[in-house]
Amino acid sequence: MPAARAPRLPYAWLLAIRFLQEGRAQTLLILLGITLGVAVIVFLTALIDGLQQNIISRTLGTQAHVTLTAPEDRVRQAPAAATAARALSYVQPRAQRLRSIPRWQQVTAGVAGLAGVRDVAAITSGPADALRGDARRQVALMGIELREYVRIVPLPQYLVSGELRLGVGEALVGLELARDLGLGTGDRLRLQGRDGRAESVRVAGIFSAGVRELDQRWVFVPRRSAQTLLALEGGVTHIPLTVTDIFAASDVAAEIGARHDVEAESWMQANRQLMTGLRSQSASSSIIRFFVLVSVAFGIASVLAVSVAQKQREIGILRAMGTSRALVLRVFLIQGGLLGIAGSLLGALAGAGLAMLFQGFAVNADGSPVFPIVITPSLFATAVLTATVTGLVAAALPARQAARLDPVEAIRNG
Amino acid sequence: MADANGVLELARLRHTYGHGETACEVLHGIDLRLQQGEFAALIGPSGSGKSTLLNLVGLLETPTGGDVILDGNATAGLDDDARTALRNRALGFVFQFHHLLPGFSALENVLMPRLARQGRATPADVSDAMALLDAVGLGQLHGRRPSELSGGQQQRVAIARALAGRPRLLLADEPTGNLDTHTADEIFALFRRINAEQGLTFLVVTHDPRLAARCDRVVRLVDGRIVGDGPP
Repeated sequence: MPAARAPRLPYAWLLAIRFLQEGRAQTLLILLGITLGVAVIVFLTALIDGLQQNIISRTLGTQAHVTLTAPEDRVRQAPAAATAARALSYVQPRAQRLRSIPRWQQVTAGVAGLAGVRDVAAITSGPADALRGDARRQVALMGIELREYVRIVPLPQYLVSGELRLGVGEALVGLELARDLGLGTGDRLRLQGRDGRAESVRVAGIFSAGVRELDQRWVFVPRRSAQTLLALEGGVTHIPLTVTDIFAASDVAAEIGARHDVEAESWMQANRQLMTGLRSQSASSSIIRFFVLVSVAFGIASVLAVSVAQKQREIGILRAMGTSRALVLRVFLIQGGLLGIAGSLLGALAGAGLAMLFQGFAVNADGSPVFPIVITPSLFATAVLTATVTGLVAAALPARQAARLDPVEAIRNG
Repeated sequence: MADANGVLELARLRHTYGHGETACEVLHGIDLRLQQGEFAALIGPSGSGKSTLLNLVGLLETPTGGDVILDGNATAGLDDDARTALRNRALGFVFQFHHLLPGFSALENVLMPRLARQGRATPADVSDAMALLDAVGLGQLHGRRPSELSGGQQQRVAIARALAGRPRLLLADEPTGNLDTHTADEIFALFRRINAEQGLTFLVVTHDPRLAARCDRVVRLVDGRIVGDGPP
């Protein structure tokens, strides 16, 4: 004979759990439903987050978060003569020439002190020709201070051969350009800039950023060399910077634009189409998640409504024995919450498992995943919390119905 | 028995079902007093208003007129929570069908009124409940579910449950209506024993003249009026 023991659970919990146990088949079915729903939500979110992070990190692999350039060159209009005759004027916009950012040292120092800004570099960049033997290619000359620039663009990751070094008379060239010109580490090439200025440099290293256009055109030289070649002595054309929160880049850019006399463009503005794409992707996945959640809620509500109908007599008896309406209400709310918690825990695990499985299938030729799937603790927590709240909300109506049962009728009809 | 310990007093109790033209008054001003320790039967033909009267006394329905004074508490005008609390404290129910909760053991069923009152069962509640199960002869079977008990055993668990809240008045609605004669006699004997040992007041609705004959007082209801009240 089992020993007589007090039930360990508080009354409402005891009733809720036993009611769920009694309706075993129903409980299992709705649990399966919630599990599937939450698994879909977790999987979809992990997939899309992973995809988006991957796209963004690839995009930002070769871009600063915010880039500052000299303000646009505008034509100043002569003041109209004070005559009765009306002056008609036609302003032809000026061709934008290569210009240094005015007082760039102050701008750099000012920007570096701003909240949200991580690293700042200053580069002198402009068009040049690269020549070797009979071959000539148009290139983008990037005059940098290597030490500060690597904090903006992770050049070390892209190095294919040679060394990441920019001493006087040295250059780093892209892989495609090296192929076009038949260059290897240690070879020399001639760079021709503005006004016939030219310099012969030695290739210290060859990089590949994975973007063909850049690998074909980028030539990194010390900033001083670029300044000389581009006839911009002491000048700087671009100030690239990184921010701590990449999605706040536009705000940071706006603030800098307001404080300094520069054009500030964030990566989001520079990649408007990409951002639109990402945003509509997020929106469509939100819509899917919302409707999955709604159908989970309807599932919980209908199962509990059936349970209230089935348990009518028991509810009536409990009421006759002095169980309050509030407690009956709580019993069914707890059932909804428990279904939500249990289903979402199982669903989160199932969704994570599904994501891992997917990652195992979708692999590149070298076996690495096409893109990493992102499953964060916060995704788990959000899924579980959302499903639990959904369970509670879904249970509200059946619970109210149960609490309002007239005990006499419930006992008679049940 | 004629002390002033009134457990139940019904004062000009009326009840009407329905509204307007379909309204139908089933109780036409009932006056009744039950003293502490009385063992009364309520008898009457079907449709005489017995069940309605029992539901009103049990605070499961609200009368349309008059008052139910239970253990000194006037109940007219009490809200549902107050009525529920009073029901839990002052009343025990035994129904025709045992109405035990199928998912709970005999012991847990007996603990229900205490759980409803306190939210949790203490070890003292458990030993009280075990004592009640022992008293109805089912101490050994406390872990069984209702479906694992015979009809008589189920009804005895239901009686133990009705006693668990230490009520002032036990209401029984055809408590033996679903049992064979032998078991019915046993259950009735148990009622009488509890009445004798604890002085608990009983109001038993029954069709069975044999049972009514074994009560101390028989209240006869016909067409919503008391037409007889006295010893059997």
